[in-house]
Amino acid sequence: MTSQNDSSSNILELHNVSKIFSDTDELKAVSDLSLSLRVGEFLCILGPSGCGKTTVLRMMSGLLPVSSGTVLLSGKPVEQTSKDAVLVFQEYSRSLLPWRRVLDNIKLGLEAKGIEREEQNSIAQRFLDMVGLKGFERHYPWQLSGGMQQRVALARALACSPKVLLMDEPFGSIDARTKADLEDQLLKIWMELKLSIALVTHDIEEAIYLGERLVVLTSRPAMIQGIEHVPFSYPRDQLTTKNSADFLKLRTKLLRALRGY
Amino acid sequence: MRRRQQKPRNQIYRSRAMGFILLLILAASWETLSRLNIVNSIFLPPLTTVATSLWKLVVSKELLSATGITLGRCATGYSLAAVIGIPLGVLMGKSTRVFFLFEPLVESLRPIPSAAIIPIAILFLGIDNEMKIAVIVFGSLWPILLNTIQGVQVIDPMLLETGRTLNLSKRQLLLKIILPASSPSIITGLRISLAISLILSITVEMIAGSSGLGFLILDYERSFKYAEMYAGIVSLGVIGLCLNAVFSALDRRYLAWAKLSTSYAA
Repeated sequence: MTSQNDSSSNILELHNVSKIFSDTDELKAVSDLSLSLRVGEFLCILGPSGCGKTTVLRMMSGLLPVSSGTVLLSGKPVEQTSKDAVLVFQEYSRSLLPWRRVLDNIKLGLEAKGIEREEQNSIAQRFLDMVGLKGFERHYPWQLSGGMQQRVALARALACSPKVLLMDEPFGSIDARTKADLEDQLLKIWMELKLSIALVTHDIEEAIYLGERLVVLTSRPAMIQGIEHVPFSYPRDQLTTKNSADFLKLRTKLLRALRGY
Repeated sequence: MRRRQQKPRNQIYRSRAMGFILLLILAASWETLSRLNIVNSIFLPPLTTVATSLWKLVVSKELLSATGITLGRCATGYSLAAVIGIPLGVLMGKSTRVFFLFEPLVESLRPIPSAAIIPIAILFLGIDNEMKIAVIVFGSLWPILLNTIQGVQVIDPMLLETGRTLNLSKRQLLLKIILPASSPSIITGLRISLAISLILSITVEMIAGSSGLGFLILDYERSFKYAEMYAGIVSLGVIGLCLNAVFSALDRRYLAWAKLSTSYAA
């Protein structure tokens, strides 16, 4: 179904991708999966826990090699990590460097790019401000709350100015209130920077609230169960969007598909 | 909040004070036992006499030059051990192939007490500096090596993946992630080895030496200068104390994150 799209409008494509983990038993995590992320799109990948969503995302990022099939980023096969696609992990507290202050954490990707020190500072500061952490430059990550830590991780990924932002359940372990704030902030940043985002989640409401398009995966091995177009325009609103009839209808449909209610 | 913290802090000061009082009591007993000749004052001169000889030795530069020689050897052997141990440890911690290549060798050499290496070292390297440094390297290599391996092995894979997704090069991964992440463990190894290298410096100087603090102390003993012998031993204690203080300061300055980050998480 996605292969019908004009491929030049896709920034990231998966063609018949499978992943088999053979170090223990032959475990087929992803089976013959094809999907695409369009330029500037906000795509949410939904699936039951343990279905291989994270595996899909890690293959998109180049962190994990595919067993068969191809991943194309801007039309070129992905064989290793690329500066154009950065992954934001669910475990923010483990992915921040505890020996670096917040601003220095954000500079990590810029150092890899070989950007000059002064420019690094100004870029890092810009994205720190963007995620609303002005004033926390000199803090250590472990001095911050979970939500703030994930903002640092987001700022660090954004600072690399990737074309594609890959997010693995980024708000999965954050309290509901903070999560809503972060969702709105992410949407704002997405529109402002014209990013292409693929976000993996098992939270149906979050997926509908954020995404333009939802890919629903089956339980392991992950295959496409269905694709939904979200009928809301942006900007969205936590109350009105989430209480609208269309939202509830889509939510019910997805609940049935995913949990068999 | 503050009031609640105050009481334990007072208790800590009091307990600390008790420790120093105990030390003073022992020093006073030393002085008394020796002065009253309850313990033979030739073998155990009064502490004040020891202090006077220590001062004379410091002024005459005899002690200082010997200390310089000993510390020079110690530093050379210790640095060599670090230069070998840290890179090898990183390699063994990162690569299972390298680990399994060296592990049997390491495990069979490590249990040999370093002093037992001295005869072999003398056989091949004579009794000069080379032999002494070789023995120091042998003894202080293991804690550095093993702690580095362990420190690298327990790095959270998420940190390495973070580095990879942010496109750090291999070199950058090493310098910006692997080494800092394992530094608490590496520093622990360095700290243990520092004590070992000092012990071995003195040992080799006593067994086969004509210079350095170890030789000097033994020489005083053989020429019946017991006060000077004690003075040399006391100065060794002071050196150990200073080196440890340097490490503690480094620890507080550069590794505060390691302690704080875990205590915050808990």
